[in-house]
Amino acid sequence: MAINFTLNGKPAEVDVAPDTPLLWVLRDELKMTGTKFGCGIAQCGACTVHFNGNAMRSCSLPVQAVAGQSVTTIEGEHSPEAKALQTAWEELAVYQCGYCQSGQLMSAVKLLRDKPKPSDEDIDQFMSGNICRCSTYQRIRAGIKQAASSLATEVVA
Amino acid sequence: MMSTQAGLSRRLFLIRSAQAGAGLTLGMSISGQLLAAGETGDFEPNAFVAIQADNTIVITIKHLEMGQGTFTGLATLIAEELDADWSQIKTVGAPANTKKYANLAMGLQLTGGSTAIANSYTQMREAGATAKAMLLAAAAERWKQPLSSLAVKSGKVIHTASGRQASFGELAAAAATQAMPKKITLKDPSEFVLIGKAKLSRKDSGKTDGTAIFTQDVQLPNMLTAVVAHPPLFGATLKSVDASQAKALPGVKAVVQIPSGVAVLAESFWQAKKGRDALKLQWTGGSERSSADIIADYKKLAEKPGLSAAKKGSVAPALASAKHVLEAEFEFPFLAHAAMEPMNCALQKTKSGVEMWYGCQGQSWDQQNVAKVFGIAPEQITINTLYAGGSFGRRATTLSDYPVELAEIVKAWGGPAPVKLVWTREDDTLSGYYRPMYVHKVTAALSASGELSAWQQRIVGQSIMGAGKSVDHTSVEGASNLPYAIPNLSVEAHNTQEAVPISWWRSVGSTHTAYAVETFIDELAHKAERDPVEFRLALLKDEPRYQGVLKLAANKAQWSKPLPEGHFRGVALHKSFGTYVAQVAEIAAQKDGRFKVVKVTCAVDCGVAVNPDVIAAQMEGGIGFGLSPLMFSEITLKDGKPEQRNFDAYKVLRMRHMPEVSVHIVPSAEAPTGVGEPGTPVIAPAVANALFAATGKRLRKLPAGGEYFTA
Repeated sequence: MAINFTLNGKPAEVDVAPDTPLLWVLRDELKMTGTKFGCGIAQCGACTVHFNGNAMRSCSLPVQAVAGQSVTTIEGEHSPEAKALQTAWEELAVYQCGYCQSGQLMSAVKLLRDKPKPSDEDIDQFMSGNICRCSTYQRIRAGIKQAASSLATEVVA
Repeated sequence: MMSTQAGLSRRLFLIRSAQAGAGLTLGMSISGQLLAAGETGDFEPNAFVAIQADNTIVITIKHLEMGQGTFTGLATLIAEELDADWSQIKTVGAPANTKKYANLAMGLQLTGGSTAIANSYTQMREAGATAKAMLLAAAAERWKQPLSSLAVKSGKVIHTASGRQASFGELAAAAATQAMPKKITLKDPSEFVLIGKAKLSRKDSGKTDGTAIFTQDVQLPNMLTAVVAHPPLFGATLKSVDASQAKALPGVKAVVQIPSGVAVLAESFWQAKKGRDALKLQWTGGSERSSADIIADYKKLAEKPGLSAAKKGSVAPALASAKHVLEAEFEFPFLAHAAMEPMNCALQKTKSGVEMWYGCQGQSWDQQNVAKVFGIAPEQITINTLYAGGSFGRRATTLSDYPVELAEIVKAWGGPAPVKLVWTREDDTLSGYYRPMYVHKVTAALSASGELSAWQQRIVGQSIMGAGKSVDHTSVEGASNLPYAIPNLSVEAHNTQEAVPISWWRSVGSTHTAYAVETFIDELAHKAERDPVEFRLALLKDEPRYQGVLKLAANKAQWSKPLPEGHFRGVALHKSFGTYVAQVAEIAAQKDGRFKVVKVTCAVDCGVAVNPDVIAAQMEGGIGFGLSPLMFSEITLKDGKPEQRNFDAYKVLRMRHMPEVSVHIVPSAEAPTGVGEPGTPVIAPAVANALFAATGKRLRKLPAGGEYFTA
């Protein structure tokens, strides 16, 4: 079944079984492998994408639900929030194995968009849906704060 | 991925592409390219260093990058002796080649045991120093100046008197014609500019924009995905298979029976998974033992003397004459590794053998085991080692379980296309290779004067190394080498047999021995009415490095200073893989009566600290990893079946549980030791000792669970 949606600002069309999760459409059909498979049941957050601007677990989103809607993946996320986070991630050497980090970053982008100055509680609440088995959580927290602070500086400047 | 390839010569591009899994996408054959001659202008003095005419230095890393930072660590060693500029260095994973890339501590190409820095320390430095000597010789020849008049700094050779200079790239072609130096001199540590000094950016790139290529991301032309139905019980075998419905599904190309189950091959993962789920299978046999059955048996064994792992003095008389005899029994569950990237592997038959792409941790074993499946020589198995999405021990198995599974699939199917084996999270969690279950029984005595006079510890569990009637050191390490001065000591082991496949799990024996030892020492300190830090120090008179980390952690945590209301502390100390770690954990009582680990102060002595920031990262990560089994993680068997299949039931640490960790490194000139594992075993006893301080209760059975912590 042909399904059309907007992916990273451009039209996308796929012909797959309608129950195919968006994650596997991205990975197997569209060959966009930045979004990762971790659990398949929306428990780990490795597959996080933005769906109409909301952080969603693409492993549990049937592609038929995406028809006519807008999806952004790590490959298409070039916002100031994303850039500030990526810079902080490199500077603080946040990642270890790196497998979960696309999902962490997509969640963190959404967090900063909603709360430009997140508190520790905000970070705990929003980021606890993303598992990192290397336990880079302390540096993720620091990275989010550094990015928030650099974005605030940019706005002032 | 392409952007990270910029600046690589064609040959190195091919190597890197192969390792990135992109090689065949570009229609290139990779086999054979790895041994092709260097291009004009490139300089490759050894198997680790290649300097290109464009001034890029490509360093081949013989160890798997699975998050531990080995791409950064080994590159630092070479860059130091080479006096390279950090920004000109790129890294690639080594292909399978035991002769060139063996772990010198093991004689196998294998990453594990926290050995990467330790076994490579001299080898990598020599590789860098050799390259530097030849660059210097080339400059001396070109400028007709004596070697003594030249210096090297930040990737440039400089004639000090004239200020004339040349980049490594400019000298590369000439360096390639120089004779190998007969003798090289390594730097004195006082001359280090990178080792132990700088915060260096990581050299495993592509991990913040989705471009890093993991096994899961490998794309090859016409590749099929295989999903496998495994037996529901460990040791069960297939009785019958009805694949008619599966075969009728769209995209399904084949259903094949293999020794480990039934595989469905399809054009995409989702099709293969639907095919797998549509199989009608009947199984026979297998173990139906529950965790409760196993524990009951282990507890009986713990009452009997076992194989002697360590013995000193005579325990029985010391116990008989003691003022206090304390006894405790500990229970440890099976644990899954649960790396973020479930196990997977890609394989294609080639004219000359077989080519594989995956986060390979044990190249030597995997080559041998996969070769056996196809009846060819291990050298005919080309392995392109990609980044691994975590491992924690899971990817290195002596039997190469999942690479062999894929080889069996490709062999049984017989088709020409490449195949990627994908395990779901459930497949991964149910696959076994767990940290074994253990029971410890510890009996210890305090003399009338409060001295620790006797220690008897019996450890019951499966032997990871398959030991029968001999002691498996991986079962007892951390107990059999107890550092505390105890005059009468007996550490004993019982090796058990169960159907569950088991394996090493980040810090191996220390995952359980450190817990039993360090919580029980704490208990003895309290019984003797001594401060737990002071009690340990008194038993460590001849152990300066243990003392060093313990004092440093206690100091930094302000051990003697009172805590705020509702906060409690615990301490633990342990050496594993040659590295000494002490941790002070601070917990805070929550409104609901449960606890939160709020702060961890960690001191580490790993000899020369090559990359202080990587060491800190590994301590932080190791602490987080060790908190999961203290708080929530366990695999329990019910009638033989694991009750946890995914992260909903196999609970692991999340952001809201992560304490604030500070890491303090003991300055040292000792030979460097590893940091991937030693941070992990210390945290559980440190927190358990804090829980005792808070509740007066001793936690003998892990995990602590909902009584103590909110998941």
